[in-house]
This record gives sequence, structure tokens and C-alpha cells, in this order.
Amino acid sequence: MRGRLMRLGGAVLGAVLAAGPVLTGQASAADKLKVGFVYVGPVADFGYSYQHDLSRKALAAAMPDTVDTTFLENVPEADSERSIEKLARSGAGLIFTTSFGFMEPTLKVARKFPKVKFAHATGYKRSDNVATYSARFYEGRYVCGKIAGKLSKSGTVGYIASFPIPEVVSGINAFMLGAQSVNPNIKIKVVWVNTWFDPGKEAEAAKALLAQGADILTQHTDSAAPLQEAEKQGKLAFGQSSDQFRFAPKAQLTSITDDWNGYVIAQAKAVLDGTWKSGDTWGGIKDGMVVLAPFTNMPDDVKAMAEETTKAIADGKIHPFTGPVLKQDGTVAVKAGETAPDPMILGMNWYVKGIDDKLTQ
Amino acid sequence: MTLDIVQMVLVTVLAAATPLILAGLGELVAERSGVLNLGVEGMMIFGAAVSFALAMQTGSTLLGALGGAGAGLGLAALFGLLTVGLAANQVASGLSLTILGLGLSGLVGANYVGIKRDPAPHLAIPGLTDLPGIGRLLFGQDAFVYTAVALVAAVSWFLWRTRAGLTLRAIGDDPVATHALGLKVRRVRFLSVLFGGACAGLGGAYLALAYTPFWSPGMTAGRGWIALALVVFASWRPLRVAAGALLFGGATVLQLHAQAAGLGLPGQLLSALPYLATILALVLLSLGRRQGGSLAPAALGRVFTPSR
Amino acid sequence: MRLDLVPRTRRSAVLDILAPALAFVAAVLIGGLVVAALGVSPSAAFVTYFVAPLSEVWSLQEIALKAAPLALIATGLAFCYRADLWNIGAEGQFVVGGLAGGWVGVATHGSGDAPWILPAMLAAGALAGAAYALIPAVLKVRLGVSEILTSLMLVYVAQLLLDYMVRGPLRDPAGYNFPQSVGFDPAARLPYLMEGETLHAGVLVALAAVGLATFVLARTLFGFAVRVVGASPRAARFAGFSDARLTLSVFAISGGAAGLAGIVEVAGKIGQLQPEISPGYGFTAIIVAFLGRLSPPGILVAALVIALTTIGGEGAQIDLKLPLDLTRAFQGLLLGLVLGADVFARYHVRIVPGGPSGRTAS
Repeated sequence: MRGRLMRLGGAVLGAVLAAGPVLTGQASAADKLKVGFVYVGPVADFGYSYQHDLSRKALAAAMPDTVDTTFLENVPEADSERSIEKLARSGAGLIFTTSFGFMEPTLKVARKFPKVKFAHATGYKRSDNVATYSARFYEGRYVCGKIAGKLSKSGTVGYIASFPIPEVVSGINAFMLGAQSVNPNIKIKVVWVNTWFDPGKEAEAAKALLAQGADILTQHTDSAAPLQEAEKQGKLAFGQSSDQFRFAPKAQLTSITDDWNGYVIAQAKAVLDGTWKSGDTWGGIKDGMVVLAPFTNMPDDVKAMAEETTKAIADGKIHPFTGPVLKQDGTVAVKAGETAPDPMILGMNWYVKGIDDKLTQ
Repeated sequence: MTLDIVQMVLVTVLAAATPLILAGLGELVAERSGVLNLGVEGMMIFGAAVSFALAMQTGSTLLGALGGAGAGLGLAALFGLLTVGLAANQVASGLSLTILGLGLSGLVGANYVGIKRDPAPHLAIPGLTDLPGIGRLLFGQDAFVYTAVALVAAVSWFLWRTRAGLTLRAIGDDPVATHALGLKVRRVRFLSVLFGGACAGLGGAYLALAYTPFWSPGMTAGRGWIALALVVFASWRPLRVAAGALLFGGATVLQLHAQAAGLGLPGQLLSALPYLATILALVLLSLGRRQGGSLAPAALGRVFTPSR
Repeated sequence: MRLDLVPRTRRSAVLDILAPALAFVAAVLIGGLVVAALGVSPSAAFVTYFVAPLSEVWSLQEIALKAAPLALIATGLAFCYRADLWNIGAEGQFVVGGLAGGWVGVATHGSGDAPWILPAMLAAGALAGAAYALIPAVLKVRLGVSEILTSLMLVYVAQLLLDYMVRGPLRDPAGYNFPQSVGFDPAARLPYLMEGETLHAGVLVALAAVGLATFVLARTLFGFAVRVVGASPRAARFAGFSDARLTLSVFAISGGAAGLAGIVEVAGKIGQLQPEISPGYGFTAIIVAFLGRLSPPGILVAALVIALTTIGGEGAQIDLKLPLDLTRAFQGLLLGLVLGADVFARYHVRIVPGGPSGRTAS
């Protein structure tokens, strides 16, 4: 009954306002592939969402005649299903949902719109029309770890972490393994700020770590505040998500940036060609998905080492999680001569030996 | 060495408390006159955006800071028009102001994303600033911090030592009676709201020009709300606003230090500490106080219309 | 020149509707000018913002779904605000309710389809929300601690508690250590009202709450006490309610409503526990409560309006590529104008030329 009433109401309104869709002028774009993006943060965050939006712009620039892009920013994870469905309903043929929290809503909407293709970032559930993609950020962190191991005079590195999810934990581990490979006695102090983005709090965490003896900072949060703090105090730091050199020209060593352009454009092409298939893409340095910003503020020999390491990872000669990898309690996680399988890295919830912090289990 | 760490912690705490003190003092004055403005977060973020944009355009930190205060003042004028002039509901108007401020700040700041500015200069007096232990704390801050400290004294003095301040407090307690005495209730309230807006805007300017000198959407990250809570915490007394801001900032900074030192407690628990500490402190203060009437301005949140 | 406001002794139904309508028109005109300045057709913007969401069955359902938690929370808050008590922590009570009810859903995962599971979840959510709201209430009654501060601070504590639970004890063991619980069984989900559609039974819960609250406020002694206590605590005492009892009651009601809204959202739309279960409903509901003039039917209308502007704003982002900040600023403007226009419904407005606004004769 209620349903019928509502449909009736909708029909009446629809008839009265039949001019609506004409006025919105969507007709001209009808033959183009509409590609929608859903961001968890503001596109102006100069971090994760910003970097994703760069790929949207790259797509629009690369295929201006065949593709029409649109986006929704600042979409709360708890309220994302409607936003995703709205994109699907307004004619999008390909939708990128760019945060882990969008996983279930994406799958739900995908079931309703079997002809629309979806690409979900950093999740693990797929379906016929939902593909997943992510970047092997840990590869970049391993390189950073090596640089820090070489450059730290105090032997202590400060790590500003957001939330204890596997992506962040595996990053801390890879960083530590890289640092230990050049300085076995290196120490890492981890501070969890429980936010992806709060410049003030990130700066406070940076100050605390520097006060406690860290002389290099690295972060898995999105603002440039820690870099600026390092710059102010004459210390060194790594950037995150996008190249933040301009914020700290004397402090930034490099920055781990995500480059989604290649993936995004390839997906759009595949949809247009009719060759799109669901699947998982986990790209690293080799695929150009993880890019290290230019190595700066370091001696030439360290720079050479960093470049070599980057190349070796790209060539598959170095895997950051090559055994023996020991957990904090000394148990063997990866045996000597083996490398950690992807599922282990994807679900990592333990620290490697030497990290002075505890994880909530 | 340890003395230096203590000083560094104190410097950080003072810096973290400064935006809260600025915004809190402004809100305190508004509330003392009987107007509850829940739009502090909106005025603060708008102040941050405008101050950064203006400072980039003019190259002057001072003009930027004034612009930030002006932006907060402008929004407060809208709020005052609604609540004091048109007797609109203060709580709903304040929350709407927050939404408006967030939106406007994004529009103003859009062209300034990803741009860095040098932080506001710090005081440096040869000899004094280098004093071990206290030099940087007392003689090495930026102008915002000194302004905040001066404002605490100024607002205290104004509210308790001047006739105008007495009038303001009287209006907050009983607008009807003060109106009957011939005092200009609406004018005083409007000016108090403006002052509150300017202070919130200045607090935002501090974030964008000194604390983390860049513009980013949402960079106030809820500090306006904390400032609001601190006014209550302070029982509407300026010195206690400063004390509360230092307590809150101190708990935040100390929990980060505790983590860096490897305490091994869940991060969520430590992150909750500043909020729990504030509640606990207020409970303890209440225990020490004899049971009595509320400390809030008696007419807080109530609209006043002169004709009856 | 000054403005004199004389309270209307009787409210006029015409003005009650006309005032917000005129404010709406004014907001649309201002918004239209801004949009035109940005090179977008104002008529297209109007259609996208206000008409399109009302012309599709799907978006009508979404409006209802979005309005339901807002109306539910705001209805509870109306009790507090009418009694002059400032519970601004509904967001935290919402989160705790979602967490407690969701906990039941997680604990009963895989235990079959017993019919008591869903009611138990709803009850747990409402009770937990009420209990959480009683913390500031008890502190106020016993120690005179201001509820404004405690209720707000407890919001952050609730969010961090939920965060801890879904990353720790309630985490899905098969979920690759991502912060989320198992998905609830069908028996732990609110049923859909129509096959293949998105509208779920939570909407009925909200409607029932609005109806019940209307009745309680208008027809019961307790409702009378709540209505008069703000204006005159003594009158409430004559009705047999002590300040303390009334304070505890209205906090429990508003917390219970917010907690219920939390579990309705979790068992309805979301279907599992995750670090974030509210896009700020608890705060938005405060605006809704006052926009609805603290009366449950008014609140229902206000919730629908807020839901409409949110969904219209999304459409404007997608179809017209207008920035989110613009739709937000517009929402703020619209709310401000509606609140300001209310003055004409509540007062006789006289503009008195010249003269200082000293004593006013009436």
C-alpha cells in the first residue's frame, strides 16, 4: 500500500515536472561513457582524494571525446550507498569507489546495476562487475626505510600512523625491514593519531616524536603538517600520498605517491572496448602505481642506494618481505629464502621484531 | 637535556591551547551577554581560509590575521542579525552558521590548496630567548600566543573591572530587568557576538598562518567544538578558559608523548584521554564546590525581545 | 530606526507556513544568482536540487531513509530542549546504540533465524543509548556538572570506543584484519518494506516514535511537565515531577531515541559494524529539532527538508558539477533564512523610525 502510494506520488510529480531532465541538459553527453568517482575526503585534501582526482582529470584529458567524468567528494562511509547508487542511476558506466569503507555499499549497488562496472580501491571482495585495485605502498616504504636507516644520526625514526589496518601495519613493517637492512640497531617510535587528516594533531605528534629523539619522520596520514614541523626544526621527513616537496624543500627526502592514472585510463578504455573484466590489480613500483618523488636532501651515495633499491624492487630482485622475517615475539613469519605471500601482506596485523609498540588485537 | 624536553612539551601545549583560548574567550563574552553561538567551528574555519587567502594575496601575516578575525566577525554579524535582531533560535542558527562557514571556507580556499607559507615569525630577543628551560616558552612565541595571553587578562579585566563589563554580565543574567533600567540589551548582545566571531576567526587564522601554515579544508578538525565545551568547563571565567585549554592541549600532547615512549596502551584509549580528563576535572571541580545554583549566565540561550 | 518585536498571542497558521516558504524563495533567488554567476543555468540547478529528488520513486525512498534517523533523534531531543536541558551529545548516544545493538547482531551471527534477535538488537540499542545519555544527566543532577560539556565530550569517547571494538574484539575474523564486523544474518536485519526496493522498516520506527511523542507531549501529565518545566520549574513540580526526575527522564528518552536510531541505521542500511556508522546525524538532528519548532510533526517535516537538500546537493554535484562547498553554503543560507523568517510568524514586527531603543512602551 505504502509502496503504491509512493509510486503514485512519484508518477504525478514526474508528469508535472516532465521538463526536468530536459532542462538539466544531459542529452549531449549521452553517447559518452560517464565515469564517476566517489571520494571519502575533499578533493582539496592534497593527499589521497586529491591524488585520485588527478587521475580523474588525467582521464578527462586523455579521452575528451569518449569519456565524461564526474565525482562526489567528502562522502561519509556510513552514508555512501546512496551516493554510489545515485551515480549509477545518473548514467555512469564505470564507477570508482576509492575508499575501503565503500566495499559493501559498492557490492550492493553493483548487484542492482549489473551493466555498470565498478572499481573499488583497497578492498578484497569482488564480483562479476566489481573489480578491486590497490597499490603496494609497502614497496615505497621499504625504500624510505633504507634511506632513514642510512641518514638517522640519533638512530630513532618517528612514525605517525593513522589507523591500525593492514595497509598501515605492513607499511610500518616494510619501513622497519628496510631500515634494519642498513642499520640493525635502528629504532622506530610509532604514534597513532586515530585520524587520516587533522593537521594540528599531526603536527603535535611530530613535535612529540622529535622531542623524544627522532630525527627523521615518516607518516601514514595525509597532511603536510609533519613535514613542515620537520622543516621548522631542521630535521628530515618523508611525504605521503602526493609530492609535498613545496611544503618542506629542506626536509622532504622523498614522498610515496599513488599514481592511479594508468589504471583509471586502462579501465575506461576496457569498458569502451567491451573487454572489461573483473579482477584484482595490486600494482607497485613496477607498474607505476607507486611512485617515489625525487630523492632530495640526501648525500649522493644514499641517493644512489635509494635509486638502486627502487629499481631492484621494480625488477623483482628485491621483495621487502623476504625471509627470514621474525615477528615481535621472535616467531618466524617468513622462512629464510621465501617471500611473504600476498594474502599475508594484505592481512598483516603483527609487527616485525624490533618495533617498540603494541598492536590492538 | 630533560629540562629542554619539559620546555618543548610546554611550548607545544601552549601552542595547541592557543586556538582554543582565542575562540573560547570570544565565545565566553558572547555567552556572558546571554547569547549561545554554536557556530564557533564555522567561524573558525572561515577565518582560517580567509586569513590564508589574504596573507597570500598581500604577503602580510598581520593583514591575514586581521582578515581572519574580520571573516569570523562577518559570520557573527549574520548570526547576530538572526538571533539578536530577529530573535531566531540561537542553537539552530549557530549550527546553520557552522554549515555555512564550512561551505564558504571551501569556496574561498579552493585556489589556495597545496600552497605553503612561512609560519608567523617568533619573537627572538638575544639573551632572553636562549635562556635555558624558560627562554623559548616565555620569549620565543609568535604574536598569536601573546595576543591570546593578553586577551585573557583583558577580558577578565573588562568583565569584572569595568562598568561596560558589568552591564554585559547583567544583561546575560537578566535582560528584562536591565532593559527596564534603560540598558541597550540588543546592542550589547550584538557587539558581544561580534567580538566572539572575531576571536574565533583569529583562532582559525592562527591555525592557517602559524600552527600548520597552509590551507586545507576541514583543518580546524573540531577545535571550535572543543572551545565551546571549554567555556562551560571554565564556568564562564576567562582564566579558567585558559586553564581548560592548557589541560586539554596538555592531555592531547602528553598522550602522544606516552605513545612515542612506547606505553603500549590502545591508541583509542589514549586518544579519548583529553575528553575524559576534561569531564573528570569538571566533576572534581564540582565536588569541591558547594551545591548551589548554576554558574551559567541565567539568560543564556534565551531570545530577548524588548517590547512586551 | 529600530525593530520592535511583539509576541503574537495567537499564532497564525497562514504565517506559520508562509514565513518559511518566503524564506525558501529568498534562498532560491540568492542561490540562483550565485549559480548563474558560475555559468550554470539557475532553472537547471533548481530542478536538480529540489525537483529531481522528488520525481523518482528511488530518491523518494532515499529521502525517507535519510529523514528517518534525523526525525527519530530530533523527536527525542525535543523532550530535552523543551525542558531546557542541553543534550548535544546525541551523536554519541547514536553510536553507542548502534554498537550495543550491533554487538547482539555479531554475537548471534550464525545462530539461525530466531525471531527474537532483531527485537533484542533494537532494545539493546535503545537501552544503551539511554544509559549513555544518563551519564551527563546523573552528573548534572548529582553534582551540578554542566550537561553541555559532558554530553559533547562523550561523543568523542563513543566514537573511539566503537573504533576500538571493530578493530579489536568485534572484528570479523575472516575479514583480513580490516576494521569491520561480520555481516549480520538476515534475522538481524530490518526487513525491507517492498521487494527489490531500499525502503526498510526503520522508517516505520521513526514514524511510530513521532506519533508516540506527539501523544505523550500533548496528552499526558508527563508531557505537560516537560512542556512547562522550561518556562516554569515550579509548575512542573506542581504536576508532581521533581527537577531531578524530569532531567533523568528526558535524557533517557532522548538517549534512547538516538540509540534506537543508531541500531536502526546499523541493522537497516549498513548491515554490519564499522568504524563510522553516522554521517553526523546526531548533530544535524539538533537543527532538525529546532527547525521543527520542537514539535514532533514539525520535526518530521524539517527532517524531510534537510534530507531533500542533502540529496539534491548530491545531484547538483553529479549533474551540474557544482562543488560540494557551494551546496553546503546554500544549505546554511537556507536554514538561516528559514530561522530568521520565523520571526514574522512569532511576532508582530514593527519598524520604528528614529529614536534610541531605550524604553519601549507597548
